[in-house]
Amino acid sequence: MRIGVRRLAQYLGFVIVAGLAVVAIIAPWITPHDPFLQNLDARMIPPSFMEGGVPQHFLGTDQIGRDYFSRLIYGARISMLIGVLVVICSGLIGTTLGVIGGFFGGRVDAVVMFIITCRLSIPFILVALTVVSFVGSSLSVVVMTLGLLLWERFAVVARTTTMQVRTLDYIAAAWAAGCSRTHILLREVLPNILHHLIVVATLEMALAILLEAALSFLGLGVPPPLPSWGLMIAEAKDYMFFSPWVIMVPGLALFVLVLGINLLGDGLRDRLGAARDA
Amino acid sequence: MPEALLDVAGLRVRFGRDVEAVRGVSLAVERGQTHCVVGESGCGKSVSALAVMGLLARGATRTATHMRFDGQDITDLSERALQALRGDRMAMIFQEPMTSLNPAYTVGSQMAEVLSRHRGTPKRLGLERAAELLAKVGITAPGLRLGQYPHQLSGGLRQRVMIAMALMCDPELLIADEPTTALDVTVQAQILRLLQGLQRELGLAILLITHDLGVVARIAHKVSVMYAGEVLESASAADLFASPRHPYTQGLLACVPVPGRIRRGDPLGSIPGTVPRIAPGFTGCGFRDRCAFARPDCAGAIAQRDDGLGHRHLCQLAA
Repeated sequence: MRIGVRRLAQYLGFVIVAGLAVVAIIAPWITPHDPFLQNLDARMIPPSFMEGGVPQHFLGTDQIGRDYFSRLIYGARISMLIGVLVVICSGLIGTTLGVIGGFFGGRVDAVVMFIITCRLSIPFILVALTVVSFVGSSLSVVVMTLGLLLWERFAVVARTTTMQVRTLDYIAAAWAAGCSRTHILLREVLPNILHHLIVVATLEMALAILLEAALSFLGLGVPPPLPSWGLMIAEAKDYMFFSPWVIMVPGLALFVLVLGINLLGDGLRDRLGAARDA
Repeated sequence: MPEALLDVAGLRVRFGRDVEAVRGVSLAVERGQTHCVVGESGCGKSVSALAVMGLLARGATRTATHMRFDGQDITDLSERALQALRGDRMAMIFQEPMTSLNPAYTVGSQMAEVLSRHRGTPKRLGLERAAELLAKVGITAPGLRLGQYPHQLSGGLRQRVMIAMALMCDPELLIADEPTTALDVTVQAQILRLLQGLQRELGLAILLITHDLGVVARIAHKVSVMYAGEVLESASAADLFASPRHPYTQGLLACVPVPGRIRRGDPLGSIPGTVPRIAPGFTGCGFRDRCAFARPDCAGAIAQRDDGLGHRHLCQLAA
């Protein structure tokens, strides 16, 4: 019974993430309206299933009359894009550092650990604030800031798993078969720690999406009029006492996406772990 | 006498300051012959083998009077030159077949990889060669096995795959570090027979490391008995079993029950104590603390005795 529920949750995670990814990719073809088109005559229309709603705006309109449903769909695009790019960037940095530290050990490892400790002592929001106030906010600045700061979990996991794998017999066998160091790192060690890193990647992706929302909410993330979910929440906060749905819609979307990614990560951990132990 | 394929003299390995794991080991492996190195756990057998391959862990220092492979001294060879030798002309198989194959790749791609690294052979040809060798090591349906992952194979099969993989480049020397220890007895016998057959067919020189005298009796041409980082006695297998000279060798042989020589109810022989940890600067016989015949002068320098027929031992007791 418990297994059944767990399976179901994992499938749900996969469906949510895959579904939102598809939606994000085909956004221009499925949005009923232009997400940037303002219409001051049609402001704050409630969703069509609520009182006062109109059928052509399924989720209503925001404070300057933009179609909320279209903005929500484009928001998925921004969130997914940021999630994926940040994970690629931080994954590369963290994995490289971690694998090198774990593999070579000794002094090299001490340096890597020092870098990780330095990163951990950097106050994230303050750095983001400083960066944004120097170079201005834009999508690429958000991706760079998050990507350059979110790699420590990759580094820690890559380091410890590399240390475990390094001592295994098949690595010794690879040395004995005349493999070079580069070959052993890239072809023998990396494929065997990849399943751990994939799980970390899902966690980091969820974290990156939440942080983007937080930064956008603070006005440090993607600049308006881009339809980021965090930005939508920020813009909605002034109206939430009279029209609670304006803040609930993007909030719910964010919750569902992050939940989906986390469920997917859980599922991957179980699946990939089980395949290893068989 | 023709020159041995592998000729090691005065090999020493130190770990840090306090441990000298191998103390002046000399070994020679002739082409087409099996040289067994036998000894208890921790006596330096595996370390010697790894030292020959240049595969010691960091922190270990190796010195040798000479280490010749096919006439070429490999003591000071560069890492790159060693990489070219390893897996090509000298191959190695390990004790644990369960963990010696990379779980991330199929058997076939791991095997083909060896050939493409050393010879630049395309993968398709590599797979053909792999299938051929899998058949040679007695694996049925090699085509099927090539596409399987290590976790789909049993221990005996994996050890056969390891052997086949070691043979990919037609090595002249095969170093086998306890290749049968992790396998059950029937499979052990199969693997040993396989190694013997391959040796006859390919003229392989085998350096086999084991703690099992049964394995030695079955397969060895020559035997070196190691203890605490030294070769205490080395001789042809027949000679060693017939007339062991060193008290340690005698003790080891007394530990093996031989039908007919030992009656029911007789106690089996055993050697009390464990292998001591030897620090650099140690002199005298490493076995003296456990030896029933030890004398005060066993703590002094011990000269090697040689009967002129290739039976050497390190002991000053009259043998």
